[in-house]
Amino acid sequence: MDDSAVSEEATGTRYPLGDLLFGGVTWLSAAGVLLVLGAIVAMLWLGAQPAFAKFGFWGFVSSAEWNPVTERFGGLSPMLGTLVSSLIAILFGLPVSFGIALFITEMAPPWLKAPVGTAIELLAAIPSIIYGMWGLFVFAPFFADHIQPVLTDTLGELPGIGALFQGPPLGISIFNAGIILAIMIIPFITSVMRDVFETVPQELRESAFGIGCTTWEVVWHVILPMTRVGVVGGIMLGLGRALGETMAVTFVIGNAHELHLSLFEPSNSIASTIANEFTEADGEVYTASLIALGLLLFLITFVILALAKLMLLRMSRQEGNAR
Amino acid sequence: MNEATPTLVEEERTTFADRPSRDGDTNAAPQPLDGETALPHPQVERAKIEVRHLNFYYGKFQALHDINLRIPENKVTAFIGPSGCGKSTLLRTFNRIYNLYPGQRATGEILLDGRNILDRREDLNRLRARVGMVFQKPTPFPMSIYENIAYGVRLYERLGRAAMDERVEWALRKAALWNEVKDILKRSGKALSGGQQQRLCIARAIAIKPEVLLLDEPASALDPISTLKIEELVTELKGSYTIVIVTHNMQQAARISDYTAFMYMGRLIEFQDTNTLFTNPASKQTEDYITGRFG
Repeated sequence: MDDSAVSEEATGTRYPLGDLLFGGVTWLSAAGVLLVLGAIVAMLWLGAQPAFAKFGFWGFVSSAEWNPVTERFGGLSPMLGTLVSSLIAILFGLPVSFGIALFITEMAPPWLKAPVGTAIELLAAIPSIIYGMWGLFVFAPFFADHIQPVLTDTLGELPGIGALFQGPPLGISIFNAGIILAIMIIPFITSVMRDVFETVPQELRESAFGIGCTTWEVVWHVILPMTRVGVVGGIMLGLGRALGETMAVTFVIGNAHELHLSLFEPSNSIASTIANEFTEADGEVYTASLIALGLLLFLITFVILALAKLMLLRMSRQEGNAR
Repeated sequence: MNEATPTLVEEERTTFADRPSRDGDTNAAPQPLDGETALPHPQVERAKIEVRHLNFYYGKFQALHDINLRIPENKVTAFIGPSGCGKSTLLRTFNRIYNLYPGQRATGEILLDGRNILDRREDLNRLRARVGMVFQKPTPFPMSIYENIAYGVRLYERLGRAAMDERVEWALRKAALWNEVKDILKRSGKALSGGQQQRLCIARAIAIKPEVLLLDEPASALDPISTLKIEELVTELKGSYTIVIVTHNMQQAARISDYTAFMYMGRLIEFQDTNTLFTNPASKQTEDYITGRFG
């Protein structure tokens, strides 16, 4: 056998220049992403220095005071607002998305699949400012008149968590922002979930049904574990959008720099604070504080992504994939 | 294998019958076939599955035409025929897996122990626990090797830890896989080789103690050694299970089956005991096929 001829061909000596060029371009592109990422972090860090110098990093993170007159700034209230509104969004958006994706891939009759799928994708095409206006002019009054009183009378009476559901029926609140966000992230999570569910080989479904599984058992024990990397990816995509969403949240969250226990009180988020106040920020410390908020948002996203990766690793180990 | 194994299985079978059923047990005595089939058909004393006037449709396309067949209990029955002849389609009606797909439908009757499983009221989950299936490609679930087997058992039976361990070991031994995996039961089922995965799927199917085992070209994606192991396995399992195997490979059918059905263009051409079919086929079409003149 003439092995040498084969190996020479395999190492790609026929188009050395083309390979070199192509390799260089891919390297550059990959390195470019890292460079831009590093540059953004560095600029945020530098820009936030005046604020950190005055309040200290932890001082800034742990303070809820936000007073442009006395120039005292702290990021706790917008940070919590961002986290809580996104959490509410996932809480409502995830089960609904899961249900829709399941329906489309596993249960819907063929003639219904395409229309439902397209309708969900169209939701993603609606500009966020439309969601904001709808939230402010349509949903907020409806929520204040019909839903909030009911919640206050029922959940609000519970000891402990009751405090979360007390408050004035304004309709402008962190809870409302969470609901709007939920609607906005549903198309993202749904379409990712649907796509990954569809990658599951039909034979696997058949073998699961073939041992007598119900549809729910097939989905919960076979399809979901098979696709969990993609599913978590979809959730992260939705969460990332919820954390960073600016316009719609600004409309309905109330933009009040106060800490409240209640979910029905106006609050604010990092993105909406920056959007609202950047043009009127005068003074070095005020501007730096807003940039510091941006850095915090970046950190939050980074930590959440890292946690998701860790979770996937642990799940994979439990399933028995060594390493 | 030794003689003791079938006895063990018989004992286990009693357990199966005792477990809670979602519908009443109707073990009516099998009725004789209408007797109007002109096809060659072997004398089958006790038919586990009896197919009567079965037609099958993929939407408007008719894939099976008036199939009549008695599949003997605790024997290996092979379906052979050229691609697209409907042998897999026929197999897939026995556990009604085709029901997953809207547009696929069957008419006629398929009697399992005398009870028509094409009945709309048939409990499909229960049916599929009685009629296990192994597919062409290995399909381990995304779980550990142990869980791959325990999972299906748990759907129908409540076993203690020790009993479950015993069941898993029993199934893996039956599938001739135990010695290869006994130290790595916690590893993912996907970490195994293709042949091992296929034996894992067979172990998973028999762990539920089905009465019928459907094999849809179980060895077509495997190397010769794994194929041999699967064939040995089939030979070993018969006697305690009614096995129906679809295969492209005529030698395989001749090696492992007791009865063979030849299908062509959606029709059952001939059904004989394997020896007769391969040495002295009654139909010209069968003869042409097994001698390699077409297909």
